[in-house]
Amino acid sequence: MDDTICAISTAMGVGGISIIRISGDHAIPLVDKIFVGKDLTECASHTINYGHIVFEGQTIDEVLVSIMRAPRTYTAEDVVEINLHGGIATTNKVLEILLRIGCRLAEPGEFTKRAFLNGRIDLVKAEAVGEIINADNENARNLSINSLTGKLSDLIRSLKSRIVEIEAKIEVNVDYPEYEDIEDMTNEKVIDELVSVRDDVCKMLDESKTGKMITDGIRVALIGRPNVGKSSILNALLEEEKAIVTNIAGTTRDIVEGEMLLSGVKLKFIDTAGIRKTDDVVESIGVTKSLAQIEEADLVILVLSNSEELSDDEKEILTRLEDKKHIVFVNKNDLTRKMNISSKDVVYGNTVSIDGLDSLKEKIVEMFSIGDLPNRDFTYISNARQESLMKKVYEAIVRAIRGLGNSVPVDIVTLDLKDARILLGELLGEVYDDELIDTLFSNFCLGK
Amino acid sequence: MKYEVIVVGGGHAGIEAAHATSKIGHETLLITGNIKNIGDMPCNPSIGGTSKGVIVREIDALGGLMGKIADRSTLQMKMLNGSKGPAVRCLRAQADKESYPRAMQETLLKLPNLTVMENIVEDIIVDDNKIGGVILKDGTKIECEVLILTTGTYLKSEILRGSEKISEGPHGEKRSDNLSDNLAKLGFKIIRLKTGTPPRIDAKSCDFSKMKEELGDEEKWHFSFDGDSTYDVHKQEKCYLIYTNKNTHNIIRENLSKSAMYGGYVSGIGPRYCPSIEDKIVKFADKEKHILFLEPQSMEVGSAYYDALYLQGFSTSMPVDVQEKMVHSLEGLENAKILEYAYAIEYDAIDPLQIMPSLESKLIEGLFTAGQINGTSGYEEAAGQGIVAGINASKKLRGFEPLILKRNESYIGVLIDDLVTKGTIEPYRMLTSRAEFRLILRHDNADLRLRNYGYECGLIDDDQKKKLDEKVAGIETLKNEIKKMKVSKEILEQYVENARTMSVEELMKRPDITKDVLFEVCPNLKDINGDVFEEVSIDVKYEGYIVKTYKDAEKLIKLESKQIPDDIDYGKVYNLASEARQKLEAIRPRTIAQASRISGVNPADISILAVYLRKEYGKNE
Repeated sequence: MDDTICAISTAMGVGGISIIRISGDHAIPLVDKIFVGKDLTECASHTINYGHIVFEGQTIDEVLVSIMRAPRTYTAEDVVEINLHGGIATTNKVLEILLRIGCRLAEPGEFTKRAFLNGRIDLVKAEAVGEIINADNENARNLSINSLTGKLSDLIRSLKSRIVEIEAKIEVNVDYPEYEDIEDMTNEKVIDELVSVRDDVCKMLDESKTGKMITDGIRVALIGRPNVGKSSILNALLEEEKAIVTNIAGTTRDIVEGEMLLSGVKLKFIDTAGIRKTDDVVESIGVTKSLAQIEEADLVILVLSNSEELSDDEKEILTRLEDKKHIVFVNKNDLTRKMNISSKDVVYGNTVSIDGLDSLKEKIVEMFSIGDLPNRDFTYISNARQESLMKKVYEAIVRAIRGLGNSVPVDIVTLDLKDARILLGELLGEVYDDELIDTLFSNFCLGK
Repeated sequence: MKYEVIVVGGGHAGIEAAHATSKIGHETLLITGNIKNIGDMPCNPSIGGTSKGVIVREIDALGGLMGKIADRSTLQMKMLNGSKGPAVRCLRAQADKESYPRAMQETLLKLPNLTVMENIVEDIIVDDNKIGGVILKDGTKIECEVLILTTGTYLKSEILRGSEKISEGPHGEKRSDNLSDNLAKLGFKIIRLKTGTPPRIDAKSCDFSKMKEELGDEEKWHFSFDGDSTYDVHKQEKCYLIYTNKNTHNIIRENLSKSAMYGGYVSGIGPRYCPSIEDKIVKFADKEKHILFLEPQSMEVGSAYYDALYLQGFSTSMPVDVQEKMVHSLEGLENAKILEYAYAIEYDAIDPLQIMPSLESKLIEGLFTAGQINGTSGYEEAAGQGIVAGINASKKLRGFEPLILKRNESYIGVLIDDLVTKGTIEPYRMLTSRAEFRLILRHDNADLRLRNYGYECGLIDDDQKKKLDEKVAGIETLKNEIKKMKVSKEILEQYVENARTMSVEELMKRPDITKDVLFEVCPNLKDINGDVFEEVSIDVKYEGYIVKTYKDAEKLIKLESKQIPDDIDYGKVYNLASEARQKLEAIRPRTIAQASRISGVNPADISILAVYLRKEYGKNE
């Protein structure tokens, strides 16, 4: 039986402490083999026990061993955690010993996978675990915690049960047509009930934007023609916030030039590789390139020069920006004004005396309503899988409502309702889909 | 004496089974307690109803008898759910309890390969886990190659009224005292079920002026795909609708402990979907009234059923004196004379988890079971299993693969799959909501779905097959025609806003265009065969939904094709929840799809199982 898994659960490196987690039917007796101290197999559940790891007569480390017996454990199996004195060599040595005496190295995410497979957590919670690990700010952490404690699952479950209730009423009608004393589910009645479900789904989708914003941040594109001051603005923003200036590939397909936190939300400046290049001699904004950036961004900051008139290219960009969240930053306000532009989202400033940047930030906070984030309840759909399924739920309900409005018989419409119900089940991982499960869990880091 | 097939029981399951095997050509013996009771309707005087009406048509499509005989003994007929959608439309006939069994007996007794014997079977002969024959009450042994048990409610049946308990079957018929015990000895898990029937009321003592009349449809209907029904649409019998009232409810509440059910005299579990009146009062305590129907049982003068009305919805296990009070509390029945008192009946059945989708036992080769012995309730459910058991008994004798109807091709398939996959703890009644693909399991296309199966096994003859092929061709032709046929803007202006010239197909898709309008704007359509027209208009009108249902069905078929090897050891599949492990071990599903339908087996368990199969058995697609 090699079904007991183990992995190093703490980050690799020299630290004060590192933890190896072991889970499975044989976790306790296996660790007991190399533990000198109390008889672990006799220890009560949820206790911490002092002793030493000894293998082939050699004492490896002084340890604290936590014994957690099924089912109230992370994986819902017997779990042992060995607290070692930190150090790569010692930790690896103990792991190696565990593998030699019959443990198997856990696959990425396998502990969480087991918790899910053993029925302790649903899929939304399993995803939340992944998100907590990856959370890099307080808001993102709050959001994942709410998913993990089941708030989001409860919300989804309640939507599902409302649909089931409507379905059940229709089914009773269909199966007992001659019973005049049961409520007749006319198209109008079903529409009324569905509209309220639709509105709630719609609200969740709207809020999912906030959820995504919290976990993924806001992607900002700074555009404008060369020498208009883009790089000065970027540098000023990043410097002032002591932001992490990185040049690594982001989680998305674009290049993230720099990141900063604004009221707890990450601003990610995307595809700005060209911004700092000053040797660009072409005095054009480069419409094609700008359009591509606009496409990718959640927010576009168009930088214009106060001392020049609006060019044709800039005019075109402005039209393209109509349906997009954008701010126009008119730079060089110390120079004579030639720029004439009327829009409520205009900020004047200059990057020489670092003027106008606070207004710019305020504008962003206002535009994305992130000022009051800490006061919200953080029960949002927050990842692409959840969002795309929820969109499909929305579509199914809209189809049902439209059908009913076009006098499609109520029985036929149950197909759309069933769709919505199954999709909600899929959201919670209540529907069997092995491909999905495999990919999901392989996204977890090793040892969790 | 040796027969190829022995069928035990002459109820609705036994009839279809015996008819199927003997018509295909197997020497068949039907053993029944009373020949005169073959095809008897011991409970409600109707055939069909929601979902059950579709089963009747499926039986007919496969070549069975129920629909044809019902068409010859109809007192009233209705299409239920006319406006609720094409998938849930169902026929229901009030059938004559005198002429239905008689016509059934006449048909059966004429079959060349069928012998009918009056006797009681008390044991079966098993040799090396294979069926050998039956042992009668007097000890006589009769051998057979295949045995079909359709014993209905006659296994250790007990009639209950209050504290009164009589060991007999319905109508005072003889029961089998030992067969279920003997089956238990062979390893069968026996379950105890209960059902009930309401009182029969003398029509002459009813005041119909206080009741609402329920009439048959003005359009004439028939179950069978092969011919018309014989009733006169203008001379249909009436049913009557009445309600219970506070007084009725008080009487029941006051006497609750006297009923067999609530007095603790019953151990069997009753059907949730066909509850007794005391169940309804207890479970729906705040409901002020319950609906009841008075239905005619027979119009044959001189029959015991003549003028004896069936009080549908009022089944009870109260003692007779309480039943008198209950009935007299109903409006219009103040002076009613009860001709036959209601009763509950308890009987033994086998756990359907021990049978295979072919209806053959997992324990004993060559033993098939169908009907109430498998835990179902209802004439139609019984007959549907009966014909499948008959067909598969024949396939077994000839060494062919069994006919296993899928969930996406018939209600009978749904019924059997539910039974063998989920088991049942109460008498199982079919409901449209049990069929997830019901949009393609309609009453109108039962022949398109199943008739070829009937033809392949010899229950459908060449003429019937020819008629089917003509219908299929007609549908094809019409579907092409309506794309080309145009109706001009000028004509349409009278019927629709913003009219333009449209094809008939486009018109058919519109929800506001009725069949009558179509016939007016395009009179040629009137000449089209009515069945063909109906099929095409449903297909066209609900095309999007139908296509989607077929797609969903394909997903199921894909999962159905993921076979689970017979030799799988669930003990080796790590991480399965223990409940899932036990269920899988007991039921031993044949495919991943079937496994996923077992209650208590969660999607996570299915994931684990799928991963295990992939690992251990390589490609399991």
